Amino acid sequence: MAPSGERILEVRDLVKHFPLTQGIVLKRQVGAIKAVDGVSFDLHRGETLGVVGESGCGKSTLAKLLMALERPTSGEVKINGVDMAKAHGGDLKRMRRNIQMVMQDPYTSLNPRMTVGDIVGEPFEIHSEVAPKGDRRRKVQELLEVVGLNPEHINRYPHQFSGGQRQRIGIARGLALQPEIIICDEPVSALDVSIQAQVMNLLERLQNEFNLAYIFIAHDLSVVRHISDRVAVMYLGKIVELGKDVAIYERPSHPYTQALLSAVPVPDPEGRDQRERIILQGDPPSPADPPSGCRFRTRCWKAQDICAEQEPLLEIRAGGHLSACHFAEEHDVIHA
Amino acid sequence: MKNPSIDTHPLADEVGHEPLLAVDNLHVEFVTRQGIVRAVNGVSYTVNAGESLAVLGESGSGKSVTAQAIMGILDMPPARIPKGEIRFRGTDMLKLSDQARSQIRGQRIAMIFQDALSALNPVFTVGWQISEMFRVHRGMSKRDGMKKAIELMDRVRIPAAKQRVNDYPHQFSGGMRQRIMIAMSIALDPEVLIADEPTTALDVTVQAQIMELLAELQRESNMGLILITHDLGVVADVADKIAVMYAGRIVEHAPVHDLYKTPAHPYSKGLLDSIPRVDQKGQELYAIKGLPPNLLDMPSGCAFHPRCPYRRDNCVTDVPPLYEISGTRGSACHYYREVLDGTLG
Repeated sequence: MAPSGERILEVRDLVKHFPLTQGIVLKRQVGAIKAVDGVSFDLHRGETLGVVGESGCGKSTLAKLLMALERPTSGEVKINGVDMAKAHGGDLKRMRRNIQMVMQDPYTSLNPRMTVGDIVGEPFEIHSEVAPKGDRRRKVQELLEVVGLNPEHINRYPHQFSGGQRQRIGIARGLALQPEIIICDEPVSALDVSIQAQVMNLLERLQNEFNLAYIFIAHDLSVVRHISDRVAVMYLGKIVELGKDVAIYERPSHPYTQALLSAVPVPDPEGRDQRERIILQGDPPSPADPPSGCRFRTRCWKAQDICAEQEPLLEIRAGGHLSACHFAEEHDVIHA
Repeated sequence: MKNPSIDTHPLADEVGHEPLLAVDNLHVEFVTRQGIVRAVNGVSYTVNAGESLAVLGESGSGKSVTAQAIMGILDMPPARIPKGEIRFRGTDMLKLSDQARSQIRGQRIAMIFQDALSALNPVFTVGWQISEMFRVHRGMSKRDGMKKAIELMDRVRIPAAKQRVNDYPHQFSGGMRQRIMIAMSIALDPEVLIADEPTTALDVTVQAQIMELLAELQRESNMGLILITHDLGVVADVADKIAVMYAGRIVEHAPVHDLYKTPAHPYSKGLLDSIPRVDQKGQELYAIKGLPPNLLDMPSGCAFHPRCPYRRDNCVTDVPPLYEISGTRGSACHYYREVLDGTLG
């Protein structure tokens, strides 16, 4: 799982604002939902970057931007050095082959009227150069075998499969075009605990086999830790901390990361009364009107005047990794 | 705290050595076109005042159906209860009239549902919905009910309760909606509170807030709490004892510390081994192979045998009883001793 160091995805200052309009005939723009607001990171071949954050932090919008399903307001998404945000037509289509997605809900992301063979083979219809027509059925059966499904079930419909098996179908579809990057948007959160482990093990096996790079978006911090080499923590459209998984989990320096980690219930009742708990007050502010300066300051116990005036940059601070806090300080919350 | 009118209720006289709430050999089945679905097959558990019981299980294990049977909110038909007792302070509630049952429901046993958005009525203000508890059960006037609603919203720490009491559910965030649900459920000071996946739809930081609130309310009023969940982390945080359910049966019950340290059933052991942890980076996860059983077509013998790494011949033929390990522990596995010692497999 060691990343080979070769950068395959570069994201620079990515911004997506959704306009808020008023009026029916004459639509005036009265503001914008700042869903993603200046996100930068790299992804290397064979690496997994975990993205964590609460609902509304922009992690799913980020996924859509990376897939070119949404056009960014500004910023760059470069795959192997070519900016996807500027690509059109045939170029964009070719680039899309290289970046695929596994969706969250295996119940709604598969068309109930298509057979498994049609679902997994559909990418070949669009990118017909990958597999010639006569070869497709065999290719689909190979894919089903790779993800641990019976190749003879190619003519079955999605409802004949369980949740975990459906997620495997989704993964097979993602693999069909032999992409280098797969974006997994909450791939296991709809599954039962005993099935979750099966799907995560499959994702890891496929990564080793095909040297895939994953962007693994999830709200479950334990799942993200298990699978990720590096982790980015998002809050209100920005990355607030980014680093290797040990750095983020054992030496977090941003107060939000610390609060998030301390809130994760540990499946071990020993010492539960001594465990440190940082309980954040209130809810995240609206992304339409984020606080000035540091966006976390309204819920932060360290906040001072400077936090309202100056936005803390994402730079290397205490702990030796990227953190966006004026008062960054290493603090191990999960072993405390 | 206790309203005197509840204590004069006929049931209140029968307080003996019985636990506050006891489910005894409960069976629930659903009649469907495909056949009879046996969702709950002989579940027994007890809850005392001030105690937290966690009922752990995956989807389809029967944990929510058991809770709905306790509340008396199962749709019958298609559901029916062929066997079993649900005793509240010694009285079997299944034998009570509908009217006597509705005296208990909401007042003495209350429930919090998973999805607060769909559990709240979108066309009434939250104040109206909370005060409904007082109007219906206590005969209060609208004005007094609203006053009580504001008090309760303060108690579950909804900021600016006075201004927000006339807001509608969609104007609240997920965590705040769940607080409103909690306010409604504790409105009449129930003795038992059933929380069915109260935090599943919420973010972790909000989940922590809600669990803390529940624990605090429980301490204040000494309620018995039944927490239904699939999250082993949440259980470890709050529960005193656990019942693990699989295919409509309790496969293991134990005090929380014992179960996490030395699970006595292969299923609980498998679950514990298969969860990734935030405080350590593991190797490949242990995965329980196979799928949960189809309730229409249950495996013979032990329902877990097709997935069990400890399986032996008699597991396929003999249904394991719930073996008593100690006064407080039980396991429905023929080979629980070997599982406990780790000598099998």
